[in-house]
Amino acid sequence: MAFNYDQYLRLEKMPTLWCWGCGDGVILKAFIRAIEKMGVKQDDVCVVSGIGCSGRFSSYVDFNTVHTTHGRTVAFATGIKMMHPDKLVVCVAGDGDALAIGGNHTIHAARRNIDMTLIIINNFIYGLTNSQTSPTTPQGMWTVTQKVGNIDPTFDACALGIAAGASFVARESMLDPKKLEKVFVKAMEHRGFSFLDVLSNCHINLGRKNKMISAMENLSWIDSITMPVKKYNELPEEEKLNILPTGILKEDTTVREYCDMYQDIIDAHQGKRANITQDDFEKKI
Amino acid sequence: MADTREVISSGNHLAALAAADAGCRFMGGYPITPSSEVIEQMSDLLPKRGGSCIQMEDEIAAVAAAIGAGMAGERTLTATSGPGISLKAENLGLAQMCEVPLVVVNVMRGGPSTGLPTRVSQGDVRQAKNPSHGDYRSITLCAGNLSECYTEVVRAFNLADRFMQPVFVLLDETIGHMHGKAIIPTPEAVKAGIVGRKQFTGDPKDYHPYECEPDQPAVLNKMFSGYRYHFTGLHHDKNGFPTEEIETCRKLIQRLEDKVMLHTDELELNEEFMLDDMTGAEGEVLIIAYGSVSLAAKEAIRHLRADGIKAGLFRPLTLWPSPAESIKKYTDMIKNVLCVELNIRQYTEEVERVSSRLDIQGLFKVNGRPISPYEIVSKVKEVF
Repeated sequence: MAFNYDQYLRLEKMPTLWCWGCGDGVILKAFIRAIEKMGVKQDDVCVVSGIGCSGRFSSYVDFNTVHTTHGRTVAFATGIKMMHPDKLVVCVAGDGDALAIGGNHTIHAARRNIDMTLIIINNFIYGLTNSQTSPTTPQGMWTVTQKVGNIDPTFDACALGIAAGASFVARESMLDPKKLEKVFVKAMEHRGFSFLDVLSNCHINLGRKNKMISAMENLSWIDSITMPVKKYNELPEEEKLNILPTGILKEDTTVREYCDMYQDIIDAHQGKRANITQDDFEKKI
Repeated sequence: MADTREVISSGNHLAALAAADAGCRFMGGYPITPSSEVIEQMSDLLPKRGGSCIQMEDEIAAVAAAIGAGMAGERTLTATSGPGISLKAENLGLAQMCEVPLVVVNVMRGGPSTGLPTRVSQGDVRQAKNPSHGDYRSITLCAGNLSECYTEVVRAFNLADRFMQPVFVLLDETIGHMHGKAIIPTPEAVKAGIVGRKQFTGDPKDYHPYECEPDQPAVLNKMFSGYRYHFTGLHHDKNGFPTEEIETCRKLIQRLEDKVMLHTDELELNEEFMLDDMTGAEGEVLIIAYGSVSLAAKEAIRHLRADGIKAGLFRPLTLWPSPAESIKKYTDMIKNVLCVELNIRQYTEEVERVSSRLDIQGLFKVNGRPISPYEIVSKVKEVF
């Protein structure tokens, strides 16, 4: 039987403002199926988004939803999560949100390992505002702010997530919605900061001037630059340069989660445990 | 008195204690002189009471996390100084638009820019009126002595819940770092005065958080309580969803204005010091001052009176919206008016506006040093 999304959608908000052929809808549906699979009550979920096409994600799904300022998604979510450590908090951000204007918040939420899932919908461009360069726009591509070709080096989002200390880091594209659904479940079930780089298409504002005028062409390009991490690892080093590995790139369940650690602070202040010292941590520097 | 207590403390510590006693459950902060003692104190007080206090990665994140906790339904605080407010401004606008209660303590230092970090100023009074872009009405309180560092923060939390928006409490370096005796309400008395924010209790289907009387704030139920709705900084409809519908947009912004400006009686709080014997006779002097400057003004008034000059002080504790009618009452009656501020004309311009007078005298100091009573006495004798 076909999956019925109605219960999780704000149907009166349909159709979405996303363009025909946009990958965001595929990601939204995979997210809903993941929530259904996890069996979490809608009342117990909070979806926080930023600004841009991905920012509208929160208004279409029937959970507790927050549409915040540009890039500050995980910072708002931190306040919500600290007050409700037992609830499921999911952040949806664009590549501009999470890696440019809000990069600092992404780094520090990952460092704290606070239990939330950050879904970066990465379409390699500022789509909603008509083709300005994003931190993931490949060098040499045309943007409205670099009309003779982008010279800014690109961010490898997952490398950033891993370096910053996120305990779960994965990359998938919307080309394989089933895989996406699975990785959403894993990420949301993981206690700690889950960092997801989800590649999506923007044939309208990335593809149009970069020889990918249709959704299919844009998707074929995404397909050509991605490879499952296992296969990727077997590549000779020089061939890795232009490939983004997909799948789970890091999963560490031994790192303590921030709300759990903060409970130690509460307990120490309330005399229920000794003060926290360096002996409490394996890593001393 | 049974419902008050005497403590020896500092302004910043009293502000923190007040927040904790008022039921604050979360603080997002970032260190900045001269306000850092607030987060230092809260990092003990909040976890002791089961809440949390996080030093975030920057000023923007600090206010964002605090607003997030406010969206979740809790009483929430951030504290900073002028440069921090500049950084927080955009998110403060979001809190205005989404109608999220929040208390913002600003311990003022010299500006603009990095200015005089360890020295006093009242340079953020104009900023407090409109820190963020767009139309909304800021509520700004200003403590003038140690006890008020406590009572004004308590009042701010109650007003934030009543008006569903951020409320500023302005302290300044002098008062934030002043140590001494303060008489403050007991925690029980504070608790007894808490009304809390309105909650809708009917069927979730009938719940429309932003559908309210044209002069009333949104009714935002606690998150995760079974009432699912949407927050957005975009213009929004009765359920919080983005809209560009002409009349809905107009009504929303007009309501943000009217929910405050039609209820200024609930906000106004002034001290009238030695004004009761004023008759409007020749030679009487009205001094208008607020915050720590008012302490010097009071001392000056005692000296002036000893010298035979009948002077009195009007001191607003709610700076924004300004107590327009009360100011006008005195400026209509008394010819010689002197505004004393640790900035250049920031509140004097408001006094000129509400009094429709352009002959208001001013004593302004912007070198990071407090104004002494002697300077005020000299100024009065010089200009009147």
